[in-house]
Amino acid sequence: MQPLLKTEHLTVRYAKRSGGFWSKPSGFVSAVEYVSLTIARGETLGLVGESGSGKTTLGLAILRAVEPESGRIELFLPENTLDVTALSKRELREARRHMQMIFQDPYSSLNPRMTVRDIISEPLIAQHIGLSRKDRDARVIDIAEKCGLNREQLRRYPHAFSGGQRQRIAIARALVLNPALVVCDEPISALDVSIQAQILNLLASLQETLGLTYLFIAHNLAAVAYVCDRVAVMYLGRIVEIGTTRDVYFTPRHPYTEALMSAVPEPDPDAPLRPILLEGERPDPSNPPSGCRFRTRCRYATDLCAAKIPPLRELSDGHSAACHYSETLQLKGALDLRHAEEKRGPHDPFRSPSNVGRHS
Amino acid sequence: MSAAADTTVLSVENLSVTLKQDRDSIGIVDNVSFSIDRSEVLALVGESGSGKSVTALSLMQLLGAGLSIAGGKIMLRARDGFRGDIVALGAKGKAIESIRGRSMGMIFQEPMSSFSPVRTIGAQIMEVVQVHDNSGKTNARDRAADLLAKVGLPDPLGALSRYPSEFSGGMRQRAMIARALICGPSLLIADEPTTALDVTIQAQILDLLRSLKRELGMAILFITHDLGIVAQMADRVAIMYSGRIVESGPVRDIFRRPAHPYTRALLDAVPRLGDIDRRRRIQPIAGSMPNIFEAPSGCRFHPRCPIAEQPRCSSEAPPDFRAGRHAVACIHGEAALA
Repeated sequence: MQPLLKTEHLTVRYAKRSGGFWSKPSGFVSAVEYVSLTIARGETLGLVGESGSGKTTLGLAILRAVEPESGRIELFLPENTLDVTALSKRELREARRHMQMIFQDPYSSLNPRMTVRDIISEPLIAQHIGLSRKDRDARVIDIAEKCGLNREQLRRYPHAFSGGQRQRIAIARALVLNPALVVCDEPISALDVSIQAQILNLLASLQETLGLTYLFIAHNLAAVAYVCDRVAVMYLGRIVEIGTTRDVYFTPRHPYTEALMSAVPEPDPDAPLRPILLEGERPDPSNPPSGCRFRTRCRYATDLCAAKIPPLRELSDGHSAACHYSETLQLKGALDLRHAEEKRGPHDPFRSPSNVGRHS
Repeated sequence: MSAAADTTVLSVENLSVTLKQDRDSIGIVDNVSFSIDRSEVLALVGESGSGKSVTALSLMQLLGAGLSIAGGKIMLRARDGFRGDIVALGAKGKAIESIRGRSMGMIFQEPMSSFSPVRTIGAQIMEVVQVHDNSGKTNARDRAADLLAKVGLPDPLGALSRYPSEFSGGMRQRAMIARALICGPSLLIADEPTTALDVTIQAQILDLLRSLKRELGMAILFITHDLGIVAQMADRVAIMYSGRIVESGPVRDIFRRPAHPYTRALLDAVPRLGDIDRRRRIQPIAGSMPNIFEAPSGCRFHPRCPIAEQPRCSSEAPPDFRAGRHAVACIHGEAALA
């Protein structure tokens, strides 16, 4: 696995103000805490978790669109290695040609007063790529066609396009600089079902032809399963599990992943939903629980979970989870939860309950 | 359908809704018919622009400016004694107001924007009881607290005096369900009630709606574009495309033996969890939803249909075929249902 991006202990904090906007910060909210992950060249890493888990902030921090508080981001390009966290403003601006972003809402991410041609050429101009007008146009036409737009459409304004076509324009704009890494933040959640499939397949085929690497942020777990090679699960700013899509979905090692997988409604009336309902509300991120952040809603939590923060540990090749009981819990995967319930009989998550000090 | 069985709560017959623009009137909902029984969930499925939300709003006579019901009947048979045609009541006045919120409740996609931010949750829920039942404040308070407990809000009495901004999205959605249910409606209209929520919260809300349906014997019209939710929630399904219902039937028939090419295309377009292993490619539907102002002639799906037959499909309205409760409007319908 040849890495393209590596983050080490990446932490992002937002100031919390309890008074008015101008008041002094009364504390901090850690939106992302100690995130260390690697994305291999040419792969798609999915990032899932509920809203407020920090997935968008992590995506923005990787591009330094928000400033990390601490930690390190490295981008391994063929010609050199960039320490993204150490770049000056000017260097960062230049480095952005290697890392681009696609946003959720194609209705607000395109300037309504610019033609599609101007929207797609703007990154080339802003980056001073130094192409002649003719070469620039050729490049814009080329990427637009790869994204399924025709020449005629380049003269029009965004309002003339449907949501799916607008997302194609946004993708063309992100790809015109031929970036190595593309952060896709919920790229399909604002689109209709029939159009989502078009965009997912387009992203997949562009990845193949252009050798792109994606960080794919989404809450639609079936879509993530469809496009991602590996998946990272976030809860309250921390990665709780990471591994191949297959491992994370079918043999999860963290109770939060299990709950998340159990809640996905399959489009099949004979695969009934048996969700593991999470107790209580998500804790206040500015005042997270001690020890494991998930323990207040975890049905397997013990005293140990309140006392000690579980580190993210590698359990098998490339599959890591942050739970004290990853080895002893027999968690259910996305498909067992639906099809195997009757055959297995009553659910006993612990192989040997006496081994773990579970309080009643 | 007019000779509805005793258990039928709602029966919509040939409903049409038009939008007046300048001197033209454009059909937004075209001849839509369906019915819902007690303790039954009908999922009305469609993409944006299919007319599903307009259909829901017309049941409550809450259509926006320019929109009006151009024809058809909406027969409601409520537990509280109301029997009759909602269309005949008109959109204004005492008659329809006594139905809204009492015989029929509605929950919306955005729990944030459907509560006033400057009044407490309690005041906004109790208001519904006070308007309809003329009952005292204490009684309204008790009922509101009861219901908040039933929808699973912790500390229901405390919640009554809190403001919407103090609630999380899931809690607000529960409070909205409580408000819709407080008068014990016979029909609950749920317009994408979980679209704005996380999957774990969505699972809780779906669970809640299912148990309320069982306990209270409510009929639920569930409007959504998410086929996963349809498979999990619905007893029967109606698929809408460009203002018309193109296929309807029991949920297993729709998922196992879809008869309309649009239904089949939709099912082929959604990713499934099992795809990780089978490496199935999802099949997008070519083109996009027609603009309602330029709805195609004949069958409205024909420009995107892989099995359209010309010139028939672009010139004639598709014929209706039916096998038991499974109905489809397509020229190939007879073979598809066989």
